This record gives sequence, structure tokens and C-alpha cells, in this order.
Amino acid sequence: MAPVGYTAPGRDAGTRAPITTGERWRQGRPEDARGRGEGGTVSGNDGIDEVVREFVAESHENLDRIDGDLLALERDPSAKQAIASIFRTFHTIKGTCGFLGFGRLERLTHSAETLLSRCRDGELVPNTEFFNVLLALVDTVRGVLASIESTGAEPDVDHSALVARIEATARSAKKAESRRPKSVAPAGRLSSPPPSPGVLAGTMRSSAASKGSASNIPPAMPRPAAMPFVDEIVVPRVDVPGVSVGRLMVPAAPPAPAQGTAAAAVAAKAPEVPAPAAPRNSMAPAAPEAHAVEGAPEARGLGLPDGYVRVDVAVLDRLMDLVGELVLTRNQTLQFAATQSDPNFLAASQRLNLITTDLQEGVMRTRMQPIGNVLTKLPRMVRDLAMACGRKVRLEVEGTDTELDRTVIEAVKDPLTHIVRNAIDHGLEAPDVRVKAGKPAEGVVSLRAFHEGGMVNIEIADDGAGVRPDKVRARAIERGLVSRDDAGRMSDHDLVNLLFLPGFSTAETVTNVSGRGVGMDVVKTNVEQIGGTVALRSVLGRGTTVEIKIPLTLAIIPALVVSSCGERYAIPQVSLLELVRVEREQAARAIETVFGARLYRLRDKLLPLIDLRATLDDGRLAGAEGETDGAMNILVLEAQGRPFGLVVDEIHDTQEIVVKPLGALLKSLSLFAGATILGDGGVALILDVMGLAERAHLLGENRDKQKSKAAATQATKALEPLLLFGVPGGGRMAVALSQVARLEEFPAAALERTGDGEVVQYRGDIMPVQRLSAVIPERRRTAREVEAEAEAEGARDRVPVVVFDVGGERFGLLVDRIHDVVEEDLAGMRPGTRRGVRGSMVLQGKVTELLDVRCLAPSAVARGAEA
Amino acid sequence: MTVQLCTFVVEKLHFGIDVLDVQEVLAFNPMTRVPHAPSVVRGLLNLRGQIVTAIDLRARLGLPGSVEAHRMMNVVVRVGEGAVSLLVDEIGDVIEFDEAELLPPPETLTGTARDLVIGVCTHEDRLLLALDIGRTLDLGSSGRGG
Repeated sequence: MAPVGYTAPGRDAGTRAPITTGERWRQGRPEDARGRGEGGTVSGNDGIDEVVREFVAESHENLDRIDGDLLALERDPSAKQAIASIFRTFHTIKGTCGFLGFGRLERLTHSAETLLSRCRDGELVPNTEFFNVLLALVDTVRGVLASIESTGAEPDVDHSALVARIEATARSAKKAESRRPKSVAPAGRLSSPPPSPGVLAGTMRSSAASKGSASNIPPAMPRPAAMPFVDEIVVPRVDVPGVSVGRLMVPAAPPAPAQGTAAAAVAAKAPEVPAPAAPRNSMAPAAPEAHAVEGAPEARGLGLPDGYVRVDVAVLDRLMDLVGELVLTRNQTLQFAATQSDPNFLAASQRLNLITTDLQEGVMRTRMQPIGNVLTKLPRMVRDLAMACGRKVRLEVEGTDTELDRTVIEAVKDPLTHIVRNAIDHGLEAPDVRVKAGKPAEGVVSLRAFHEGGMVNIEIADDGAGVRPDKVRARAIERGLVSRDDAGRMSDHDLVNLLFLPGFSTAETVTNVSGRGVGMDVVKTNVEQIGGTVALRSVLGRGTTVEIKIPLTLAIIPALVVSSCGERYAIPQVSLLELVRVEREQAARAIETVFGARLYRLRDKLLPLIDLRATLDDGRLAGAEGETDGAMNILVLEAQGRPFGLVVDEIHDTQEIVVKPLGALLKSLSLFAGATILGDGGVALILDVMGLAERAHLLGENRDKQKSKAAATQATKALEPLLLFGVPGGGRMAVALSQVARLEEFPAAALERTGDGEVVQYRGDIMPVQRLSAVIPERRRTAREVEAEAEAEGARDRVPVVVFDVGGERFGLLVDRIHDVVEEDLAGMRPGTRRGVRGSMVLQGKVTELLDVRCLAPSAVARGAEA
Repeated sequence: MTVQLCTFVVEKLHFGIDVLDVQEVLAFNPMTRVPHAPSVVRGLLNLRGQIVTAIDLRARLGLPGSVEAHRMMNVVVRVGEGAVSLLVDEIGDVIEFDEAELLPPPETLTGTARDLVIGVCTHEDRLLLALDIGRTLDLGSSGRGG
């Protein structure tokens, strides 16, 4: 495509410039642009013009780029190409501002150019103030752009203080004053009258020698292929301040022979140029040159690389919707094709199938964005934070090209910022502390993104002090987030992950950066909302790593289709652990029922079961009884890290489903995550696994309204399933269901006495059986009571025993009877004061003590006896 | 100013809604039940790839009686970004009349209908009740089911 540069009368007639940022719009909307250039500001009446919107979008990109370049320059003050790049970028913004009539912005960027030009010419050595003032300027420009975006006009704010500050900085190191007579800043040139053709031709000739680098223009840069070479290099840097720019742009390779002729052509053609090229164009070719020196990575930013187009996100979304519908139609066609025998039709439908799959992939890819897009703001934030916190920080980013769906990428932005913030403020130590600990004064925060197993993994690691579990414990207890007893029992890993609880902060002091106790819980919530997970690892003294796993996309997901009550439901594959089919004859043995709550023994673990039929029964069921042969289909699902079984009537197959949101009328149903259209055109609801677990809890056997309400408000808290049982001699106790391996009943006679304990033969092994009285001092009884108890036992045929498996030790606990399984938020528990009791709480209207199973283990009992 | 009303029948009563709100009229479509949804929500239907919530207008208006599901007609109305289908017994004509002819609903009208009917008029000797579509679809205002 040969570009048609907009030709302003009396300006760059006869020359063509490569398309660059700030120029491209002029092609499309010459009339608009011209009108604006002359007419001043954009009128707010007709909303914001397309041109302005594009300018704002581009300028934002450019500012991000300036941020990056400034930071690179600060790290390495000798990086001259960074100065050149910053300069050009400001110049681009300035040029466009002037054209659109944004005077304030023009003045701001102009002052930046003045400052930069001094720096570029070696008259000023960049110091901290230099960077601070420029970054402040970038922020101000962003603010102005935001205002332009929302109102169409510049805000009525006085920036003269900032401009004065910039000018002061520029003056401060004015040493070698006027080594070159005329200002070398192209800024000056832009506003000064354009040079005469003769001058231009002269400069062109003189600079033509350095134009060999044009051959190095990476193909990704805006160099329209069809354009004659001459046109491209016709606009050299008009200012050609030999030393600085020349040195900067010296290409690695000597000019190829072809360039010789090209240069000659320039020289030959130049005198014919009727009017001077618009000075604005001068920075256009410089960009490719700089990149030729630096290499490709920074090709983004200054305009779009050739072969790329900007597309409105709404168009992509619409396209995605259409592809979704096509996928459904394809599914329907394939289903119909299965009943047909016409070979032509079958071949056509097969082809449709393949093309649809390709198309789906292709469209999905257009919505993919490299994660680097959300990371561009990080270096700047790291710098500012490091300054604010008095840390020395180096940010290392890896895998910025890892691609994610744009819906996901938006959702992950804030969590990433939070984590990096935390890493600097809480993770890294002050430089002197680090040196004392034998670490380099500069801390490293590294961010690594990569694809793995259909998920995107993001790891944010710092080499700081790590999280001190004892500190977390103390803080958690202080904040009342866990009981002292609980905290004492938690492993370091569990303790460290307490950081994700709401209202938690271990920062010594609350800074303006972090430490307000929000942050990590927000991270967790945000990531979980998009079906991801967060985990934290920490090695004391070595650093902390936060790992985020998020799905690639949310729009089309693999799901398992099941049916219940004659309707089909889809369950996202991500939350599915396994499928279990229990035949009728097995069912009786493998499934325990305690007060209506069913538990399935899956590999020696008890899995709470939820019946989908019961969960979905809202009393309006038309009595559509599904046909079951007595066998049970159990989907083992996971919600908040806790597995549970979902009993369904029938399991169909897995499908790629297109997730469609439920209408406003149904938004409040937590049970469903959306709906989808299946292959046969029928609508199926997508079950929300989290909502399902919560709902099942509400619909438990205990239909006490009060309790349900309390449970509903607690649903978001960490609920722990507890096994409730009666103890011999009266009273109720509970243990965490997660610690229970099995529920058994033994004939009373099977209990045998050995030494001072009781055992039972169990699965070819000898299993100790404990009585509460042996463990808890208060439960000890007189010999008489024990006798009475034994008699009562003797009167029964079978005694219920709860089997535990703790740390590889298997033992039983003799109970009077199993009552129920309830879910409870342990945060409300009053901590226990006695050995063997974790705490007490009110369960089903009765004060119940929660047993510490570990104290029941025979080895622990032995230790306790010794003590 | 004249308005055009799309008319339909529910339980022998004639209702009308602004024709500009109506996207299309469909014969019965198979529906998927939504457990635990408000009771007036009859289900979800697939309208050429778009999932549309169907509301039983009879239940919404608190009218008695029932019609076999497969005889119901869908009046699909646009709301914001999506669409909602109103299930009715029978579809009538689109009629045009002057806004001035619209009378306030009679005082004797009570119950849910009172909130939803914005005016009445006579047309071919029949009483026509004009519905406020916004209020009809806002289940929060009244007639919410468990």
C-alpha cells in the first residue's frame, strides 16, 4: 500500500513521508485535520472526534514508552538512544498537539524538549531531579489527555509552575553555553520559519552519508513497501547536529552499495523540492534508524508496525459472538450429519467443521494480547515505589509476549500491581539491611509469565526477607482472624497463606503505599473471579513468590454436559477432578448417610455428596423423574480447594461451550454461571461450582430458617465441614471432617484389650481405639462410671468408631453415636483452654467442643502421659 | 401524537405494548427451566443463538388459569443489550390511536396489574390495557416469586 501523505498547502508538497504516529490520521481525515489545525480547539458539541481519540490513544502509548525510556536512561545514563527516543516521542506529541490546537500540551511538551535537548547535547548530566521533573511532566500530560478524552478540551489548569521547574532544571546545568550558535533543539526549529529549500538540500546532502542505516529498518517499522526508497530518506533530521545525532545513529554495518545511489538520488532530487518539508516530518525517519541501532524490541509505540492495524474492541467482540454462534451451528450441523448418508453433504459438513475450528482459533487469537501490555506501567511504578520506600529495586520481566484473552488481561491487571507493590514495600528489605544479610543492596523483583497446561502462569518473586510465619501468626491472632490454638497448629505454608485473608497486613508501619490490610485478599478475589488460583511460597531470608494461574479465555470453555431431572447442565471442566460411577451393589457399602447428609468413601477419604436433583428442586418440579438404574454417577468437583461429590442422573460428554451471560432477571442466581446453547439448539445452564457448594449447604438436612440465613451470610467465609457425634456419658463433640478417614461400626466384642489400651482388628492390621476419657482429663471417670459405660456398650451389638488417619498414624475413636455433618466457619469459635480441645462453639443450638484430633493419636497420648 | 400498540391476549384480557419495544413475535419455542428463578420466569429459549429469558405474563399480572405450554406465543421485547420474551395466549393486531385517547386506569383495578397498566382505551368495543414494559420486566417492583 503506497501511503498518500496529506499535503498541506505550502508545506511538504512533493515529498512523501513514511507514516508515523501523528501522521497517519492525517491521511484518513485530511479535511478534519486541516480544519482543526487552523480553527483551534475541538468543539465539544459533536463529542470527541475520531482524530482526537486516536491522538489520545497514541499519546498514551507514547507516554508509556517515554516512561520506559526514562527508566532505561536512569539505569544507564550513557544510553544516548534512550534520550533520542524520548525526544522524538515528545516531539511527536508536540507536533500533533500543535496541529490539533492543544496549546497547553504543546507548551508542556515543548519545555520537555528544551530540557532533553540540553541533555542530548551533553550540556546537562541527567540527575534525579531531571528524571523526577520529566516523570512529573509525563503524569501531567496524561492528566491533560484524560481530560481531553472525557471533555474534548484541555483542562483549565495552570501548568506554569511545572514548566518553570523544567526550565529551571534545564538552566541549572547550562555550562557550555552557546557552543553552537543556533539552538540545536528541533523544537526551536519547529516554531521558527522553515528553512529555505537550499538549506534543506544542503542538510540533506550533508546527512545523506549517515542514511545507510535506512537499510536496517526492521520490516516491522512503518515503511510502506511500495514507496520508493528516495522518498523515505528525503527527510533526514533537519537539524543534523553532527555530533549527537550522527553518533547516535551510526549503523553497525557500512552502507550497502544501493544506499550510495539512493543518497545520490536524494542529492539530485533535493533541489527540486519546491517547498521545504514540514519540519514535523523530520523525526519520522529517525525512528527507524534508532531502532536499527537498538534492535526490534522497542518497535512498538511509535506508531504501529507495518502490517498491523488498529481494530475497535467492540468489533472483535462482535466477531467473537458470531464465531460463537457459528460454532453452535456447526455443532448442530454435525449432529444432523450423523443421521445422513449423502457423501456430498457429509464432506461439506466435515469441511465446515474444520474451517469453523480454524476460524474460532483465529478469532480467539485476535482477542489475545501479550501480557506485556499491562506490564508497561510497572517499571515506572517500581521506580516511584522504590524511591518512596527507600529501597533499591531492579525489576526483571520475562515472558511479556505471553498471550491472554483481553477479558482476562483486564482482570489480572490490578492483582499484578498489588503483588508487585507488596513485594517492594513488604518483601524487599532496606539496602543496609540487605547488605548486612550478605545480599546485594539492590533487590530484585522478577515477574515471569508463561503458558502451561492450558493456563497462563504468572510468578512474581522477590529476593527479600520472605514472610515470617511467626509474625503472620501473631498478627492473625491479634486481628482475631484465627484462634491462638488454630494458629499454633498451622503449618508454615498455611500460615503464610493467611496473608490472603481480608484485613491482614504484616507491615510494621502503614505507609502510603501499602499496609492498610487490603490487597492480598483483593488479589485472591479478583483472580478467583476469573477462575484462577493464587498461592504464596516463601523462604525465610530468601524471598517470596506469588504464583497466579489463570485460564486463557473465558468466552469458550470446555465443559462436561450432565443431566438431572430431564434437563441438561454444563459444568466447567476446570473444576472437575474426576468422575466416579458407583454401581448399585457398591452403593450400599460405599455411601454413608448421617442425618440425611451423604458421604462417599473415595480412597479412604470421606467425600460429602450433593444431590443435584435435590439442589435444583425448588418445589416447582414437574415431577420429571429421571430413569436411574440404582447406580450413582458422582462428579468429584472442587470448590475453594475442598472436594465434594455431585450426584447427577446422567453424564453425557464434554463440549466446547460458548458462555453467554444470563439476563438481568436471573443475574441474582448464584447457582448458575451463565447459559450456553448445545449442539441440538437446546439451552443448557452452566452450573457455578462455588454457588453449588454454597447452595447445598443451605439446603442441608437442617432446614432451620435461622440457621440458613446465618449460613448465607457466612457463605463467603471459609466454611469447614465438621462431623458431629455424641460421646459416651452424654454431650456432643465435633471433629474436622477433613481429618476423618472413615466411619466404621464394630461389634462390641471386637474391641480387645492390650496393655493399657484397646485395639480392634481392622483391615488386617491392629488399630488402637481411643476413648475420650483417656485423652481429656475432664472426661476421666471413676471406675464405677467406666463400668457403667462398659455395661451400656455391652448391651449394644455394635459400637460406632470414627477412624482417623493423622500423620500416617491410624487410630479409632469410640463414640456414642454419629449425629451429623455440618459446615461451620471456625472463625467464630471460642478458643479452647484445655488439652485436646481446639475450641468450642454453638452447633445446632448446643455448645459443642471441637476435638484436636492430633492429641488423640496414640503417640500423642503417650507423650501427654509422660508429661 | 399517535402511538402504535402491539396487542395480545392473556386470560381473555387485551393488552398492548408500544410496538417500538417489540423485536419480534414467535410461536412457541422449547424452553429450559431455570431452577430457583423468580416464579414468573418460565425458562430460557434459544433465539437464533441468543439466549432469551421468557416471562410468563399471566403469572406476572397475577392472573389465574393456565394455557398449555406449546400454545403460548412469544412477544420478544428489546431491553437494553438483550431481549426478554413475554409469554401470551394469543397475538392481536397492531393498532394505532391518539395518545389523548388513553385514559388513566380505572380505580377499581387492583393488585399487580395496577402497577403495570399505564392506561386504558377502547378499541373496537374492547377494552385495551396498555402496559408499561419497563415495570413489567422489573421483577423487583412487585410480583416477585420465590
